[in-house]
Amino acid sequence: MFAPDIILAAVLNGLMTGAVYALTAVGLTLVYGVLHIINFAHGAILTAAMFAAYFAWKAGIDPYIAVFGLAPLFFGAGYAVQRYVIGPSSHGEDRNILLVTLGLSIVIENALLAGFRSDTRTIDVPYGFSVIDLGFTFLSVPRVVAFGASCAAAALLWGILTRTDTGKAIRAVAKEKLGASLVGIDVAHVYAVTFGLGAACLAVAACLLLPTFYVHPRVGNAYVLVAFTIVVLGGMGSVPGALIGGLFIGVVESLSGLFLGESLGQIGIFLIFILVLLVRPTGLFGARA
Amino acid sequence: MAEPILRVSGLVAGYGGADVLRGLDMEVAPGEIVAVLGSNGVGKTTLNKTLSGVLRPRAGTIRFDGRDIHAQPPQDIVAAGLIHVPEGRKIFPDMSVRENLELGSYRRARANRSANLERVFQVFPRLRERTAQRAGTLSGGEQQMLAIGRGLMAEPRLLILDEPSLGLSPLLVEEMFGLVRTLNTDGLSILLVEQNVMQSLDLAHRAYVLENGAFVLSGQGADLARNPELEKAYLGL
Ligand SMILES: Nc1ncnc2c1ncn2[C@@H]1O[C@H](COP(=O)(O)OP(=O)(O)OP(=O)(O)O)[C@@H](O)[C@H]1O
Ligand SMILES: [Mg+2]
Repeated sequence: MFAPDIILAAVLNGLMTGAVYALTAVGLTLVYGVLHIINFAHGAILTAAMFAAYFAWKAGIDPYIAVFGLAPLFFGAGYAVQRYVIGPSSHGEDRNILLVTLGLSIVIENALLAGFRSDTRTIDVPYGFSVIDLGFTFLSVPRVVAFGASCAAAALLWGILTRTDTGKAIRAVAKEKLGASLVGIDVAHVYAVTFGLGAACLAVAACLLLPTFYVHPRVGNAYVLVAFTIVVLGGMGSVPGALIGGLFIGVVESLSGLFLGESLGQIGIFLIFILVLLVRPTGLFGARA
Repeated sequence: MAEPILRVSGLVAGYGGADVLRGLDMEVAPGEIVAVLGSNGVGKTTLNKTLSGVLRPRAGTIRFDGRDIHAQPPQDIVAAGLIHVPEGRKIFPDMSVRENLELGSYRRARANRSANLERVFQVFPRLRERTAQRAGTLSGGEQQMLAIGRGLMAEPRLLILDEPSLGLSPLLVEEMFGLVRTLNTDGLSILLVEQNVMQSLDLAHRAYVLENGAFVLSGQGADLARNPELEKAYLGL
């Protein structure tokens, strides 16, 4: 068995990874909850955001600074893509939206492949290997920052959804489209805002990942699989479910890495995923039907 | 009659290959209660949806408060003050009573939100006791109050009520008709779709009877109530 402080260290590390996982999952679940579609372009948008952060760094802007530009930029791009591409080309049919997002992911991924080949790139920041000494373990500074910033982004998103008229409109459209139209909510606008928020979350996640991760035209896919697990686990469409589910999955991955070996870390995630599907298909934090 | 607040001419609307409404003409004067009657499935709700812009008309014009609105999206029609309280309430089930009411002023009268909230609570004291309750857990009658309250939050110039008494107990139906009368006495123009034919004719200044996509009867409420043709139209004989 492992000493308690090793387990505690693994839990802390898991929470830090999990916070970023939560951020990648929250956009997916939000889009599902409001537009009632799985956004297949989610991974590709994360990849694009990581490339954007990478080139910002090349241009001399630290990812922690770039995030303040990239989050609004990706919000705007997400808004425009939903409003002017996905929305009009789907003609109101969910099946079509699905195909359009799939097409979008293929376009983004291949454009990145064509532009940058399949090279793996990393950045080199001065704080990349800095650590905080907790006595019983060391925490990597970029991961602590990622944890804090993810929590802050999640809190901001939660504030928007519960406190602002726009956020309330998003929740209204999610459950009652006709009722929403009849109080004067522009449903197409709300769809686009929702899609934009999802993309902005990915931009934040990308900037937080970059200091400790690599960039590659398919890098987003690794995350999207985990994000999808979290969305199912937390209850499809449930934002709090995705946040708690993300932290949970981070810890599961870290602990199963500890007990089963680093290379098998993700197995724990998928075991849990399958268990949830078998036992509680509505998710651990059960979204209401 | 004064310049009507709503004037509909030659309105055609429907779904897919079929027209449900085949050329309707109607008017609502300021301060009037106008009832639209007709048996199940004739297209009363379809008319309301077309007026509020969630369904595009195929032909004809809708003029509201001096403006053509038949090509406008629902949010612009709400902004103009034509407020539609839909059949089946369509409240936001997992939001609180207060949030539902607040969203009533999402597009219109937002500046007067707190004053109007107070006004709605005066009309429906039951809602005041339940501000934090999830709307989906309200009783049917309370949900109907909430739907109407949400409509009032926008300071309507014309209020469309689609079967507000549906599913209510006889006592509450009585209350609902009383409320419509009160709102109207305060100056609100109302378009009322109802199943309670005699009660509606008693309340309404004028009424239209819809059958086979057209208005087959119209006139003063009291006159229509005595018209033998009414029963015929209504039963589709
Ligand atoms: N979304 C839709 N798609 C296709 N047909 C529809 C749709 N909505 C209504 N209809 C059809 O249009 C006709 C008119 O329906 P509508 O709901 O307007 O009737 P109504 O007069 O309101 O009936 P009720 O008194 O039962 O509420 C019906 O035959 C109905 O089946
Ligand atoms: Mg109807």
